[in-house]
Amino acid sequence: MSKLYSGAEIVFKCLEDQNVSHIFGYPGGAVLPIYDELKNFNSIKHILVRHEQGAGHAAEGYARSTGKPGVLLVTSGPGATNAVTALTDAYMDSVPLVCITGQVPTHLIGTDAFQECDTTGITRPCTKHNWLVKDINDLAEIMHKAFEVATTGRPGPVLVDIPKDIQFQKSKYKNYKKNKKLNGKSHDNFSQKNIDELINLISKAKKPIFYTGGGVINSGTKASELLRELVYATGFPITSTLQGLGCFPADDNQFLGMLGMHGTYEANNAMYSCDLMINVGARFDDRITGKIDEFSPKSKKVHIDIDPSSINKNVKVDLAIVGDIKSVLTTTLKTFKKSKKNFSKSNKHQISNWWEQIQKWRSIRSLDYIGSEETIKPQYAIERLYELTKDKDTYITTEVGQHQMWAAQHYKFNKPNRWMTSGGLGTMGYGLPAAVGVQIAHPKKLVIDIAGEASVLMTMQEMSTAVQYNLPIKIFILNNEYMGMVRQWQELLHDKNYSESYTAALPDFVKMAEAYGCVGIRAKTPEELDDKIIEMLNSDRPVIFDCLVDKQENCFPMIPSGKPHNQMLLGPKDQKEKKITGKGRTLV
Amino acid sequence: MANSKSAYSFAGKKQKPDTHIIVVWVDNEAGVLARVVGLFSGRGYNIESLAVAEVDQKQNISRITIVTTGTPQVVDQIKLQLKKLVPVHKVADFKREDKNVIFKEMALFKFVANNGKLNKAFEACKNFNPVILDKTNKSNVIQITALRREIDTMSKNLKKFGLVSVSRTGAVAMTRGSEIFK
Repeated sequence: MSKLYSGAEIVFKCLEDQNVSHIFGYPGGAVLPIYDELKNFNSIKHILVRHEQGAGHAAEGYARSTGKPGVLLVTSGPGATNAVTALTDAYMDSVPLVCITGQVPTHLIGTDAFQECDTTGITRPCTKHNWLVKDINDLAEIMHKAFEVATTGRPGPVLVDIPKDIQFQKSKYKNYKKNKKLNGKSHDNFSQKNIDELINLISKAKKPIFYTGGGVINSGTKASELLRELVYATGFPITSTLQGLGCFPADDNQFLGMLGMHGTYEANNAMYSCDLMINVGARFDDRITGKIDEFSPKSKKVHIDIDPSSINKNVKVDLAIVGDIKSVLTTTLKTFKKSKKNFSKSNKHQISNWWEQIQKWRSIRSLDYIGSEETIKPQYAIERLYELTKDKDTYITTEVGQHQMWAAQHYKFNKPNRWMTSGGLGTMGYGLPAAVGVQIAHPKKLVIDIAGEASVLMTMQEMSTAVQYNLPIKIFILNNEYMGMVRQWQELLHDKNYSESYTAALPDFVKMAEAYGCVGIRAKTPEELDDKIIEMLNSDRPVIFDCLVDKQENCFPMIPSGKPHNQMLLGPKDQKEKKITGKGRTLV
Repeated sequence: MANSKSAYSFAGKKQKPDTHIIVVWVDNEAGVLARVVGLFSGRGYNIESLAVAEVDQKQNISRITIVTTGTPQVVDQIKLQLKKLVPVHKVADFKREDKNVIFKEMALFKFVANNGKLNKAFEACKNFNPVILDKTNKSNVIQITALRREIDTMSKNLKKFGLVSVSRTGAVAMTRGSEIFK
């Protein structure tokens, strides 16, 4: 007879077999048997966070920077509900997470027991799938299936809810069998005919553009390489969504910058005027499309995505290719090289007018801002941060708001998995714990959270985690004392009624850093900024960097509410002429 | 074009909604109905009726039949989103007008009246396979199977014969002929 293991042991044996090296978590009554077993599994290191939301975001940062699933372990009731924000965030941004929650013992379920909540009920809409383990004999299989669901197809979070009595009960351990297809949910579903059609469209296009997104990053580093190869082979311009930054080098001439609400003038105008749009792993999100009826009216649209439900959801496309980006691009390149050997030569002429037009848009220089010698402009701070860190292999996380958009605009990413930001859900407080997770995965690398002072206060407690594990994360706060994006919208849409968007009592971030046991640095003038940033980079400890920036600066360019891509606001001067009125005010 | 849910853009031009019958084969496990129904409510789709029961005990498969209305784009999304759920095996979609598909609903009617009216009530039901399931000298319970709209009309018209209570299932569907849906 084979050996019997307790439920808690089975959990760890599964994690071992899944090659999990780190879990982020917080103990509590209903997971104590699992925590008790931790000491017997040396290959798995537990990172104690200060709040379960932090565990979730740290696991997200870990997952996004490595491509491996992130694992978190929390207790029942409040432990589970605190993790919900992070699970939803991961669901929106397709990040693979496995969340293990404790639950009250089976016989107490449904009695409103202490720290009981309907965890699987609460998390059903924010996970790809979840399980309540009711029988110890199912535990191993469910655990392995959880990893499989989280990582196959379009990745996402899953949750396994384990009642406390199940953690004590004993069963045999069933080893991991690579499952057959998950109800056919995760494999490629495209044909050579689709690819031939794509190549036909590519060869005919006069005004083409690649529009790439987070799907390229999720498909693995190889997908980014293939994308670069295809973009260079075609000579087409390329723009990227917020989540896709890094899959194509930002300093390359073919890259038009980010598109969408705060994207560049050239990217948005190219999207509007193109005749062929090739969407690679993006989802026509509302921050991208603007007014949907006038979205890229004259183009043929191709959509490559692994999730069939993303196709034709917001925008009707002419050619849908359902599959993993990596395999689609592999086949495309193979066919392309075979059938269009001299493409780039013959094609150069065909799209030369298009490039001329793009250069005209580029010459507007939509990311420019008015510099200052007295106050630090937030854009300037990011530019300096980029210049001083670009030679290092830097990982950037962000919170949500103006600073996030400025980071996306002014920090140039050349590699995938270096940019971790909350795009879909827009979770303030994401960046600090995410930086913890990234630093755990890459102990020797430079990890910076570009933050706003309002966002960072939402999860500030995780500095304590960073100190405990000697994680030298750098929290670079662009401090304007406002919830900047809220203030900007109030200025543009609500007659400058800055209702509750000013934080009248902020902590002293330098003293706060010292209280946490890390380093606090403050920069007040453009003159001292470089030296202070270098001081931060030279520190081998966690740093909170309080960068006092211009309080009134707005994030431009911007597509105003309810407007299409070709009607952007470029800056303070522009906005007087194109006031947002009528229906536009009601939109988010 | 797109009926966008976006808070950022204005809703696009409206397409005409149609009634569809969606059949979903699922693993019969805890919470599976909540997943399917939650998907409908969470994404703002509409359920007109719902019928669910286990159809294969050996393989533990349940069949859920949902009547819904939506534009072609919404119906497509419903199908694609359903297919993403882990316990879902396959999804079929029929238009209500489809001549190759049989749709049936069952209803139980309770009448309390004198014998004359009870007989008339049974007579009125005769096109819909009426079966008398219970009878006393002042009441009876009649089972009929019919289309949704027919039952709607019936329950209105039978009031005069002493109809006091109606209980009805959601629609179930099956294709005609020897074909089965794979």
